[in-house]
Parts: sequence; C-alpha cells; structure tokens
Amino acid sequence: MFKSKTKLLQLTVTLTACAFLLVPMILSVLAGVTANYFQGISSGFTLKWVFRVWELYADSIFLSMWLAFSCLVVTLIIGLPAAYGLARNPGWFSRILEEFISLPLAVPGLALALALLQLYGSMKGFRASWTFILVGHVLYTLPFMVRSILAVLAAMDLKTLEEGAASLGASPWQRFRDIVVPNAMPGILAGSLTVVTLSIGEFNLTWMLHTPYLKTLPVGLADSYASMRLEVASAYTLVFFVLIVPLLMAMQWASARAQRIVS
Amino acid sequence: MTLRLTNTAKTFPDGTRALLSTDLTVDKGEIVSLLGPSGCGKTTLLRIIAGLETPDPGSDIWFDDDNVTALPVERRKVGMVFQSYALFPNMSVRANIGYGLKMQKLPKDKIDARLNEVMDMCQLQEYSARAITALSGGQRQRVALARAIAPRPRLLLLDEPLSALDAALREALRDELAILLREFQITAIFVTHDQDEAMAIADRVAVMSGGRVAQSGTPEELYRNPKSTFVAGFVGNAMHLDGKIKGKTLTLNGGKLRLSTDGSDQNIYVRAEDVQIDAKGPLTGQVETVTFLGSHYRVGIKGIMPSVLTSIYSGYNAPKVGETVKVMIEPNALILLPNQASGA
Repeated sequence: MFKSKTKLLQLTVTLTACAFLLVPMILSVLAGVTANYFQGISSGFTLKWVFRVWELYADSIFLSMWLAFSCLVVTLIIGLPAAYGLARNPGWFSRILEEFISLPLAVPGLALALALLQLYGSMKGFRASWTFILVGHVLYTLPFMVRSILAVLAAMDLKTLEEGAASLGASPWQRFRDIVVPNAMPGILAGSLTVVTLSIGEFNLTWMLHTPYLKTLPVGLADSYASMRLEVASAYTLVFFVLIVPLLMAMQWASARAQRIVS
Repeated sequence: MTLRLTNTAKTFPDGTRALLSTDLTVDKGEIVSLLGPSGCGKTTLLRIIAGLETPDPGSDIWFDDDNVTALPVERRKVGMVFQSYALFPNMSVRANIGYGLKMQKLPKDKIDARLNEVMDMCQLQEYSARAITALSGGQRQRVALARAIAPRPRLLLLDEPLSALDAALREALRDELAILLREFQITAIFVTHDQDEAMAIADRVAVMSGGRVAQSGTPEELYRNPKSTFVAGFVGNAMHLDGKIKGKTLTLNGGKLRLSTDGSDQNIYVRAEDVQIDAKGPLTGQVETVTFLGSHYRVGIKGIMPSVLTSIYSGYNAPKVGETVKVMIEPNALILLPNQASGA
C-alpha cells in the first residue's frame, strides 16, 4: 500500500512537471494553427499563419541557417587545431588558455555584444554586414567546439598513437589527417551540432548586434511578438520548433556517443 | 643493418640524467635485449634510437654508414612495437598493418602482396577486417608486430612488448616472439625488465642500471660470469653470503665454507640452485619456509647468514618448517666479486 502510494506521488510529480513544461508550448503551437485565436479552436485549423510567417520572415530563416553554417566552418577551422594543441601540450599554460577561451560562456551575451560594438562599431561596412554577427556567434560557440573535441582527444593516448604513426613514416600533417581527425570524430560531431544549435537559437547577443536588414530567426521571433498578431507570432514559434528540435535531438545523440568514448 | 651508438646521453629539461654517455653496437641480424629495473634508462635509450627523443649534443647514432642523429623518427625507417601497442582504433587490422606501406606510396598490388605475406607470417589472415577493439591481447600484440615489420624497417625496436599480457599468455608468446624475430632476420632491440624474457628471446643482453650499461653479453655469460654485484643480483637473483672472509675461508653464522681462491676484499654470491641440502654439509640452519613449485621446492633457511638463504630442493621429501638442516655449497659455485658500491 505504502509502495503504491509512493509510486502514485512520483507519477503525479512527474506528470505535473511535464505539464508545466509542455502546456505553454502546446498552447502556443496550437495558437499558430488556429484560424482565430480569440474565438478558440472552434474557429478551425489553418496553415495560413505559417505561410504568412514564411512570406514575412523567410530571409531571417535563411540568414540564420547561413550564419550557423559559417559559424560551424569558422569554429572548426579554429577549434580543431586549438583542441589538438591543448591536448598535445597539457600543463598549466594550456589550462589557462582553455579557461580563457571559455570566458565568453561566463560573460552575459549583452556585455560581449557591447564590447564588440565599442571595438568595431565605427567600422561602418563591417558593422552593417552579416559577418559582424558571425564574429559574435563564433566567440560564443567556440568554447563548446573546443571542449567537446578536447574531451575526446584527452581520453586517448594521443601522443603514443602519433608516435606509432610517425615510426611508420607519417609526416606531422599525415598524422593529423589519418590519426587525430578520425579519432576525434565523435567529439567533432558533437561539437558541430552544439555549435549549429546554439547559433540558430542565439538571441541575447544577436539582438544587440543585428541591423533592421539582418534579422536572425530568434530576432525575427521577437519582432513578430512585438509587431504581428498573436497567431503569426505563434506560427513563428512552430516554425522555430520544427527547425531547432531535430537539431537538439541530434546534438544529444552525438554528445552521448562522444561521452561513451570519454568514459 | 649494424647499429652503432657513440657517446650517447640524455639529460631531461628538469636535469634528470636518464642516460649517461653510452656506447653500443648491435650487429646485423642480432637480437639484443636492454634489461634493467624501471628507471634504469633502457626505454630512454630505445626511444633515442627510434628518434622519439633527442639525445644530448655530442651523441652520435649510426645506421650502417648513415649518421641518423638529426633525422626525425618518420625518416629513420625503424619499426616500433609500443608497450601499449598504439594500434589505430579508427582502422581495421589490415589497414593498421598496411599503414606504413601506404606511407611509402607503394603501388596497390605491391602493398597487397606484402600485407598477405606479413599477415600469413603472423597468422592474422582471419582477423583482417576486424576492428582493433575486437581483438584479444595476444592478437593485438601480433598486429603491432606485423605493423612494425610490414614496411621492411632497417631496425626493429620493441618496448616491453609482452608486459601488457597476462602471465600465462606472456610465456607462450615469448617463445613465439623469439621464433618470429629470427624468421624476420632483422636487427632488433627490445626492452624488458623481465630477465626470463630477455634470456629467452635475445642473442645478447645488455643489463642496464642507473643510466648506463652495466654489462653486456650472451645470457650464459651474464648468468655465469657477472662482472658486478648488481648484475649478479639482477640476473638469476644471486644472494650475497654475508660473513667474514679470511684467506680461503668464509665464516658464516651457520658454519665455515671453503673457497677455491683467496677471497679477501671480495663479495661472495651464490644462486639458490647451488645451495644443496645435504647431511654431510658444513653449514647448519633452520628451515623457515617451504614453497612447493611443482618441479621443485623453494626452501628458505635462516641461521646461516643474517638474511634468509634460499635453496632449490628437487627431491620428493622436502624438509619441514622448523627442522634443522645441513647445507653444502660447492666452492666453484660461489661467485666472487670485488668489493664495490652496489650498482643498484
């Protein structure tokens, strides 16, 4: 009796927590496909608002995807060699450097954006270009890429593996290409998905850096909430979910895979 | 290939002198073992030969007539078997073994021919497509060996190649390795801390201690004619007979022993197999421990010298613990070494 009561309590708490998280999302998504929100569901379902979002904000969606892709390329080009360097030269200096790279995580996005504006704000061409937002995104996502790869590299005996390849005649570049990169792959994959997901969802910093002609997906979302009718804003949320949820799930799958190698 | 090291030394940046100035020659086709306790410099010496450590200035490493001192490891054409094997987890067995051949940019049919040859020799054909993680310890060891040998290196280097295996497997693979190395007909150097391993595999053993080669010779020479107390103790576990020496007589707590020559200023050592339990023996002691080891007993006897004297007893009726026994040691079985600071 006591046991089933405990079970019942656990179930109630779990369901309440789920409802707490899910109900607002479901309501919001439902509002996006309801013909008239003020009349309720009885007014019927429609995809009109979703199409409307597409008409109004397709540019934002493409900009966000392009930004996420560019951000991924840049963080890979910087992050992979950085993680490799840190893994090959462990010590206090590497530890400090790693903390330094991670600093943007601790600083609020607004402060980071303000710093960027102070430094580059007067460079008109750069300030108004999408690369300005890219710089912000790279600063913010780079630590995730570096740490993800570093965790996988640190878990294997990289030095001996490389010595093995060297004794077989492989040059430093061949060792990096044939040994380091393939074995770091789980970390690279997990890091890449994290970077893309974060870049697409980033609002805080982007909102400070954006111009009226450069609205990313989340900035467009804020814009639609502020200036469109509720159904359009809700439909926007739906579009956002459709883009971000598969990425989120892929990211968790990749992280779990990388975690298995580390442990 | 003949390997020649002259005046080779290594000082680490923190000031540790891992290897004192060493000269070493390994003849073509010879299999040499570097034997010694951990920290004696044997792995450092091997890594210097491989090109994985830079020796101190003044050191010279010759492969035949080429001075390779300044060449990096990837251009020395050495095959190396690592203690942890360092197999590439991202490649199959076949790709691991073929990696060195691929680096030489050989045509594909030549690579395949050599791969099949090496994999047959090491009995790895059936594991060709397997992942490294799906192999047992013994199989990994063979893959590591095959990978090192496949590109036809000038010199094969092995760093404790058997130490990652469990005891039963180690003994079986030890003999297999000895046969394979001779089949390859390659100059080889391997590092070990296990004297049985060194004796079983090597043509010549270099015993190392404190960053230098203490003595080098065939296993028989080292065993029968150790030149220092360290070598006597390390190879074959000779025991120091601690007593008073006067002319040709050694006086121990348990009796007197006759020496074949004047033993003044000498240390006298004996091996357990030369300590015989015999009713007519001149030494008297008390049995402290008896260990049955299948083919023989190890009997620990106290009262003859300050520490325990060990005897190998191969009869059926081993003495009992606490029994008083007589012990005999033939004069020519004693090892006399000049008094010196112990090399250990």
